[in-house]
Amino acid sequence: MKRSSGVFLGLLVTGCLVTIFGGSASAQEVAVRGRVVYPVSQAPIENGVVWIRQGKIQAIGTSTEITLPEGIPVLEAEVVTPGLIDAHTVVGLSGALNQPHDQDQLERSAPMQPELRAIDAYNPRERLVDWVRSFGVTTIHTGHAPGQLISGQTMIVKTTGETVDDALMVPFAMVAATLGPAALSNDKGKSPGTRAKAVALLRGQFLEAREYLRKRNAEDPSKRPAANLRLDALAKVLTREVPFLVTAQASQDLMAALRVAREFDLDLVLDGAADSHLLLDELAAAEVPVILHPPMMRAHGDGENATMETALLLADRGIPFAFQSGFEAYVPKTRVVLFEAAIAAGHDLPFEATLRALTLGAAEILGVEERVGSLDPGKDGDVVLFDGDPFEYTSHVTGVVIDGRVVSDSLR
Amino acid sequence: MKRILSVVCAATGGLVAPAGAWCLQESPMAWEGARILTMDGEAIEQGVLLVHQGKIVAVGPAESVRIPEDAVRRDVSGKVLMPGLVCTHSHCGQPNGGDRSGPMHPGVRVLDGFNVRHPSIQKAQAGGVTTANVMSGSGHLLSGQTIYVKFRDGRTVEDLVIRGESGEVLGGMKMANGTNSRRDPPFPGSRAKSAALVREKFVAAQEYQRKRKAAEEDPEKQPPARDLAMEGLLEVLQGKRVVHHHTHRHDDILTVLRLSKEFGFRVVLHHVSDAGLVAEEIAAANAPCSIIVVDSPGGKIEAKDIALENGAVLEAAGVLVAFHTDDPITDSRLFFRSAALAVRAGMSRRTALEGLTIAGAKMLDLEDRVGSLVPGKDADFLVLSGDPLSVYTKVEETWIEGERVFQRSLEADRVFAVGGVGAGDDRVFSGCCYGPEEGADR
Repeated sequence: MKRSSGVFLGLLVTGCLVTIFGGSASAQEVAVRGRVVYPVSQAPIENGVVWIRQGKIQAIGTSTEITLPEGIPVLEAEVVTPGLIDAHTVVGLSGALNQPHDQDQLERSAPMQPELRAIDAYNPRERLVDWVRSFGVTTIHTGHAPGQLISGQTMIVKTTGETVDDALMVPFAMVAATLGPAALSNDKGKSPGTRAKAVALLRGQFLEAREYLRKRNAEDPSKRPAANLRLDALAKVLTREVPFLVTAQASQDLMAALRVAREFDLDLVLDGAADSHLLLDELAAAEVPVILHPPMMRAHGDGENATMETALLLADRGIPFAFQSGFEAYVPKTRVVLFEAAIAAGHDLPFEATLRALTLGAAEILGVEERVGSLDPGKDGDVVLFDGDPFEYTSHVTGVVIDGRVVSDSLR
Repeated sequence: MKRILSVVCAATGGLVAPAGAWCLQESPMAWEGARILTMDGEAIEQGVLLVHQGKIVAVGPAESVRIPEDAVRRDVSGKVLMPGLVCTHSHCGQPNGGDRSGPMHPGVRVLDGFNVRHPSIQKAQAGGVTTANVMSGSGHLLSGQTIYVKFRDGRTVEDLVIRGESGEVLGGMKMANGTNSRRDPPFPGSRAKSAALVREKFVAAQEYQRKRKAAEEDPEKQPPARDLAMEGLLEVLQGKRVVHHHTHRHDDILTVLRLSKEFGFRVVLHHVSDAGLVAEEIAAANAPCSIIVVDSPGGKIEAKDIALENGAVLEAAGVLVAFHTDDPITDSRLFFRSAALAVRAGMSRRTALEGLTIAGAKMLDLEDRVGSLVPGKDADFLVLSGDPLSVYTKVEETWIEGERVFQRSLEADRVFAVGGVGAGDDRVFSGCCYGPEEGADR
């Protein structure tokens, strides 16, 4: 993807000349012109320009308002949006080959292991990271997968970088839990084997963590407990330093998540939530955001009531939501969040609501709205170029910029 | 049942549109004003489609089609009409084939393991799929005999199957190579062993065929004892049953072509992940390809390089290309999307739309009956709200043989299009048809 400085590429895309300069010079300064630029935080700008300097957005406005410095590289596109955000994925921990050596998203040795860090398992060179980036995904919330009662931690990264440190935005974003059949064991003598037992175990963990936290805050250092990685992670959830991410599909599991969150005053984020369209009152009252299942999810088992219109219903009810690619065990190994949002748009979620959920709405739920999600001065220079309606099946992504660097110029 | 309905139709006059479809068959039905994609030549703007008794009677520009006086007329201005979609590789209806007792089951029929009430069928109707090749899985070298079906509203599998001239149930033979069928014994443990087992079986079938023929020619000779497996393979050798072959990796694709040549069986290559590496060889062998479009490469090693460009690459090589859902791998409600993503990756619109219709019909030997809107063919068609390749377009109605099987404006049908409570249930079938009212008895 990296190219030596001075290489010039001209792509003729639907009559529009896209000129991309690669290399280190562009890391300093680049501008993106669009027939329509969607800043998301404000109204669309016709004939807009985004000027990026030192990786950050320097200015945005109409081409008459913005005077660009002489000679800086200018990319052109029909439509320009902020970098897209996948609000929940396992990409980077889960790889394309689906072989044991590239599947690190789920540790099955115990049902609750909140001490497992995503940063210790993320492979920034994984092909699936390249794949989603080529479709405009610049920020991902990734980490341990659904499938254990507490599967581990999640983190937030950019889809660039050769090491996890290069990519990192938030090393410990949430603790990931799962309620429902996906996290139950069929093995004799193993817990949790039922929904009620799962919730009892979870409550027990939080009680233990609460006690640990109390002792850790003891004035007398000799009374403080020995450090415990598992309880340290849960303590951060109890103190609301990190949200508690609960993947659940069926209504009884969603209600159980609300109940536990209320009991321990957790900062809850619901994930999946196939039955959320049946619980709009409860979700609105609880003021809980939803990272919605992919609209194209296979609706079976506890997700059999999933609909392709749920995003529209959540939006109408004012419940904050974002899109995700989720977790896939087989083919395709990952979904593409742009495509998932497109299906919601195709099911009557208005264009700008769809784009918001895919950018700023996701950034708000993930707590990174100061840095990404909209095209505002001071924010990261993450921009996606399209040759038409971003959600239309036959449109293409023509370029992707992250932190002011052109990271993809392939026609996707 | 039809007799009872005629009585109902008589009572309601049988002329209320959109009334129960069987009623409409009593009189011709004319669809006027739509853009018609016949898949046989250029699109017709503001055309007329005339159907009667389950067949297409006429299609063409308004001035060229005479609408009979007794016809029920439907104004579909602003809509798009096109043939019902043909899915060349579907697992709708929870089909099953061979078991784990061995790697090859040519005597096993999907016909005997198909759930006609499974909601996947209604979801497929909602997606505009009207004809499908329903197959067992790819975990065997040969998992069984497939069935070609129409997704009619039926009570038994017999209501859905497509029959040949002598009443036989039409279908192909499902085979697979590569990694899915490589398992612990008695399954093969390597690619070479896989091919050897297949060859051994076909050699036995050739011998069976020779003995049958010898007995036919010489009354002194005893025909071989009936053997269901051999009979299945005999139909393959005779070209009556097309082999539908799961194959991904470039060398596996060539192995299929090699075996097809050796035994002279007709084959459709399915999935074909590495199409780009062997497109010339596929074209030279004149082997049609039924491809899948998935959202990312991988999920297993043999699909690690599967590309959105496969449709374009095969089109450029001159190969006949159809799409398939492999439902539930991709969702029948999103079948149009497969073709649209192939267009995104360089395939022509026309070939992509053919890949949803007439190309698939050809691969199932059904091109004289389905796949295009041509007089004499089955009245299997869709009413779309717009361009078939747009994410914003909705399938509004699906008709099979002049009967409406899906209407989005009916809540009972809509749930299968968008999902929700009830979309995951097996169908509760009333034992009768849907009527002119809300379709409440479905």
